[in-house]
Amino acid sequence: MVPLSYYLVLSGFLFACGVVGFLIKRNLITIFMSIELMLNGVNLSFVAFATHWHALAGQVFVFFVMVVAAAETAVGLAIIIAVYRTRETLNVDQVNLLKL
Amino acid sequence: MSLHLILFLVFGAVCVGGAVNLLAQRHPINSALSLIAVMAALAGEYLLLGAEFVAAVQVIVYAGAVMVLFVFVIMLLNAGEEEETRGSRVALLLGVPGVLSGSVLTAWVMVRHSGTEAVAVGALPGYPTDIAQLLFHDFLLPFEVTSVLILIAIMGAVVLASKPEAPARKVD
Repeated sequence: MVPLSYYLVLSGFLFACGVVGFLIKRNLITIFMSIELMLNGVNLSFVAFATHWHALAGQVFVFFVMVVAAAETAVGLAIIIAVYRTRETLNVDQVNLLKL
Repeated sequence: MSLHLILFLVFGAVCVGGAVNLLAQRHPINSALSLIAVMAALAGEYLLLGAEFVAAVQVIVYAGAVMVLFVFVIMLLNAGEEEETRGSRVALLLGVPGVLSGSVLTAWVMVRHSGTEAVAVGALPGYPTDIAQLLFHDFLLPFEVTSVLILIAIMGAVVLASKPEAPARKVD
């Protein structure tokens, strides 16, 4: 028996790591991986709550999150490839065409 | 200390270590590999929660397909070490202590005030038959909408990643 709060703390930690990575990382691909980490943290809390409240719908939501994440990954990586093709860099500091 | 708790702590330690390693590494391929470790350990957590099907899908879709895509793009673009950049000092002075104190306080409150309810092992077995009943009956419309979403995503990825039509260049 593991208290529900342990799962929630772990999920919150994963989400926080994703946010920190999103903010401090300078590589486009690593920033993208931080987003995946955030989604994984949310998924864990979904499953923990589903088990805790005996609601199987929580596990179905996890599938939808996974599907959206997979679609987002495919499109996002295609965008990264397009950015690399035009700017020849993966550093977000140098992708500044819209900056004044 | 029950075996369940020990397993939770082991998988949780792998998750935490992988997430911290993802932040610490400078090379994207190392970050990707630690993210795979996080996802595999999360599948173990799902197994502990009784969500067997979710655990299987986590390994197949996330640790398998999505991360293969990431590693493939890293190799395709030949991504090197990321460059050091100077962060803002205000963020370092205010943000780090603020985030630390806030997260420690939240975690303490959660652990302290919800310690009685425990998630039992296999309290809600996520059998594929039950999940299929939900997915193809109660959530049929969202399920069909996601298929449209995937189709659009595939077409978008192909359009974005394909080489742009080379403008008619004069051969000189």
